[in-house]
Amino acid sequence: MSSEVEVTRSHPVPDPGIPEHVERWVDVDPAASRRAERQIAACFGAVPLLALGFIVVYFFVPKTWAIQFAGLHAQAQNFWLGLLGGVAILLVGIGAVQWARLIMGDHEISEERHPAGSTAEDREQALDEVHEGITQSDLPRRKLISTTLKIALPSLALPALVTLLDMGPWPGPGMRAATIETTIWAEGVHLVTDVTYRRIKAVDMVVGELVNAAPENIQDLNNDPAAKAAATAKAAIIIVRMDPNTIKIPQSRKDWQVDGILCYSKICTHVGCPISLWEHQTHHLLCPCHQSTFDLGNSGVVVFGPAARSLPQLPITTDSEGYLVARSGFTVPVGPSYFERDSTHDYQNGDN
Amino acid sequence: MAKPTTVSSDSPALDVATPEGKKPLAGLGGPAGWLDDRVGLAKLSKGNLRKVFPDHWSFLLGEIALYSFIILLLTGVFLTIWFKPSMAEVEYQGTYQLLRGLPMSEAYQSTLTLSFDVRGGLLVRQVHHWAAMLFVAAATVHMLRIFFTGAFRKPREINWLIGIGLLSMALIEGFAGYSLPDDLLSGTGLRFVDGLIRSIPIIGTWAEFLVFGGEFPGTIIVPRLYMVHILLVPGLLLALIGAHLALVVYHKHTQYPGPGRTEKNVVGYPLFPVYMAKAGGFFFIVFGVTVLMGTFLSINPVWKFGPYTPNQITAGSQPDWYMGFVEGAIRIFPPIEWHLGHTTWSWQIFLPGVGMLGLLFGGLAAYPFIEAWITGDKSEHHLLDRPRNAPTRTSFGVAGITWYAMFWIAGGNDILANTFGGSLNAITWAMRFAVWVAPVLAFIITRRACMSLQRNDQDRVLHGAESGVIVRTPDGGYYEDHMPIPTDEAYTLTQHAEYPSLEPTAAVDENGVPMPAQVTKRRARVRDWFFRANLAKPSADEIAAAHSHGDEAHEVEASDEHKAVSQH
Repeated sequence: MSSEVEVTRSHPVPDPGIPEHVERWVDVDPAASRRAERQIAACFGAVPLLALGFIVVYFFVPKTWAIQFAGLHAQAQNFWLGLLGGVAILLVGIGAVQWARLIMGDHEISEERHPAGSTAEDREQALDEVHEGITQSDLPRRKLISTTLKIALPSLALPALVTLLDMGPWPGPGMRAATIETTIWAEGVHLVTDVTYRRIKAVDMVVGELVNAAPENIQDLNNDPAAKAAATAKAAIIIVRMDPNTIKIPQSRKDWQVDGILCYSKICTHVGCPISLWEHQTHHLLCPCHQSTFDLGNSGVVVFGPAARSLPQLPITTDSEGYLVARSGFTVPVGPSYFERDSTHDYQNGDN
Repeated sequence: MAKPTTVSSDSPALDVATPEGKKPLAGLGGPAGWLDDRVGLAKLSKGNLRKVFPDHWSFLLGEIALYSFIILLLTGVFLTIWFKPSMAEVEYQGTYQLLRGLPMSEAYQSTLTLSFDVRGGLLVRQVHHWAAMLFVAAATVHMLRIFFTGAFRKPREINWLIGIGLLSMALIEGFAGYSLPDDLLSGTGLRFVDGLIRSIPIIGTWAEFLVFGGEFPGTIIVPRLYMVHILLVPGLLLALIGAHLALVVYHKHTQYPGPGRTEKNVVGYPLFPVYMAKAGGFFFIVFGVTVLMGTFLSINPVWKFGPYTPNQITAGSQPDWYMGFVEGAIRIFPPIEWHLGHTTWSWQIFLPGVGMLGLLFGGLAAYPFIEAWITGDKSEHHLLDRPRNAPTRTSFGVAGITWYAMFWIAGGNDILANTFGGSLNAITWAMRFAVWVAPVLAFIITRRACMSLQRNDQDRVLHGAESGVIVRTPDGGYYEDHMPIPTDEAYTLTQHAEYPSLEPTAAVDENGVPMPAQVTKRRARVRDWFFRANLAKPSADEIAAAHSHGDEAHEVEASDEHKAVSQH
């Protein structure tokens, strides 16, 4: 199908051609022209002065000085360096653009376009050269060479990719069990506050209270910051105390709590943000990242948002002195989903 | 070309003043001659120095993107002098009192040092961040300009694809950059990326372990992102920008329609000296404005967020603006997760996270080819479309912007709820519908608006411009006098190409043997729909007719109106 049928180009109004050049004020008035020149020169002329000012500020304005202006607070050094430097750079630009606009000739000119493709002649010539080259290489008759080369080149990509496989450990079943599927929680580990590592007495918690907490053994990792960060990213918990009469505790989790004190993973089951916004009237816990909302009064089921799994609950009890202590580790992996995760054991609304 | 002369440095020839009318570089002596002898300087610049570029403000958008990139390179080099891409833990003992004694990574510590103890460090950091915001913004708006004016059409499809590649890489580059300081906000962003990578079906966990070097957070992600941010992606960006500009030079710039502008020429000002001064000057203007933004507008004050720890977060955590639409998609996507046997398929993360980016960039990349298939137009286009003359494309564009905007707004659903005292859940639900409904509305409204604008163009060509003078006829009628519009404008309003509807061609030849139809029924139908909102432009005869009995027409119109009015 030729383009002429698909597209029609008519010009009901004939092309009047490039508009006639209109002289600018500066072209006809010598005074305006001199004024424009002076303005542009003033722009350029101010630049060295501002640059000098920048250097003076760099050496003589201490970093402790501050500027208070109209309720704003700014570091004086940053303010003056930026102001002087910024205006200096800006003036170079304004001067150059004004030069082009006011002084340089503004006659529009027209340039021919040529089709992007080559001419038939060029194509012919190029093809001839390609043909000559192919003939000289004798490839058409040497299929064995071309075939083996076609296999040889891609096969080099494999070693290149394989060398990347050491970028991280391989998450086989054993590696997963030792990393993303476990936390440092275990039977008998005390629950401690997450900043001061103070043990928490059950009787000290009031109804409606939420405590951000950690396992006591996280301190064992103080000398290994990387291990501590990885452990924290999974073991962080929140402890809440609710009125036991206003919440639903399934039969299977009767002894996972202490008088309405329940403990949940703090790591969202969506993409792993630490969940922190507690609505103590509704027992809802809201993730500030993507607003997944979990009902802590109902075993942590999702009530809103993009998370699809309940918050894992940590079974807790008290020790002989009344301090909160874990009965075991988490019964399911905490944190965001991953492909190999067996999600059939997570609590679902209505489970007993 | 004049034969190059060699002149010894003490030759009196160098001191000779240029006589009146003589060319300044006569004989190409001195350093220019030296270079020409070795690399053929004159051959390279001949014909290119006076290359013509058309003038229009919208052509500056791409320039802003390019200049922001140069600013990013300049400021980025300064930042690398100080920044330490290390997650090793240190105790902060620097100038900023409120964080003293806190354990933090070297990355965060060096960012604080850069901000508080290096003179000009905060300024350069803020200029770098603002330039990054501007880079993505300018590239995005530049892409919209290309889209709405149809500049992606033949022969520029490859450059459109390069542009899409540039934009997608700009997002990665920006994300890698703001993840580096290892403050609480950037760490939260990385936590999200960890969850996102994990959600990829089948290979997610493996990808996560390879990228993070094991479990989140590990100690290697910041150094790796640093490599991505300062070497890998900038290198690719630089190479693609080079190709992008080379193609602009080869194709010559597109131009807006107007008198004297055709598909076969380019009208404007020469590169040397006008565009060198204008574009060079504009670089300094962009740079200067960015420096002033870095001076007066605080951005990413990492010291307020504190160091990253995996168990802390602040409410209202937001990514940089260009990641907002992905954030929104993640927030409003319904919780669809499959638990099949011993596996978990997190569609609610994978689809909006990875799928959304794929859909956006895939759709953008495919568009020129889809439109070319519909129009069947195989000719080269150097004159830009006025958006109203391509109503369906324009409507697609506005619908796309609306779609993006809805996701972007959804990315701030918590901020909206907080600011306007609304229900977070209601806003989320509203956005779940809005991302489907709003683009359709935008499409319909835009198509109607384009048709109205085309009618307005027609009116102006046929009847002239409204003069604002209301004339009262002797018998009491009123009409507004119209003035003829300038020929230049009339030409501009009527020069666009038209796409007549096509009859499907037979799929069998005259002997009844099946053959591929040149215009299939489906294409004829789609084409018909695509151009349905294109109004036929008036013919030369119609224009002449409208003009010749100009005043009579007014009288007739006026008395018609008069009759209509007098009936009431």
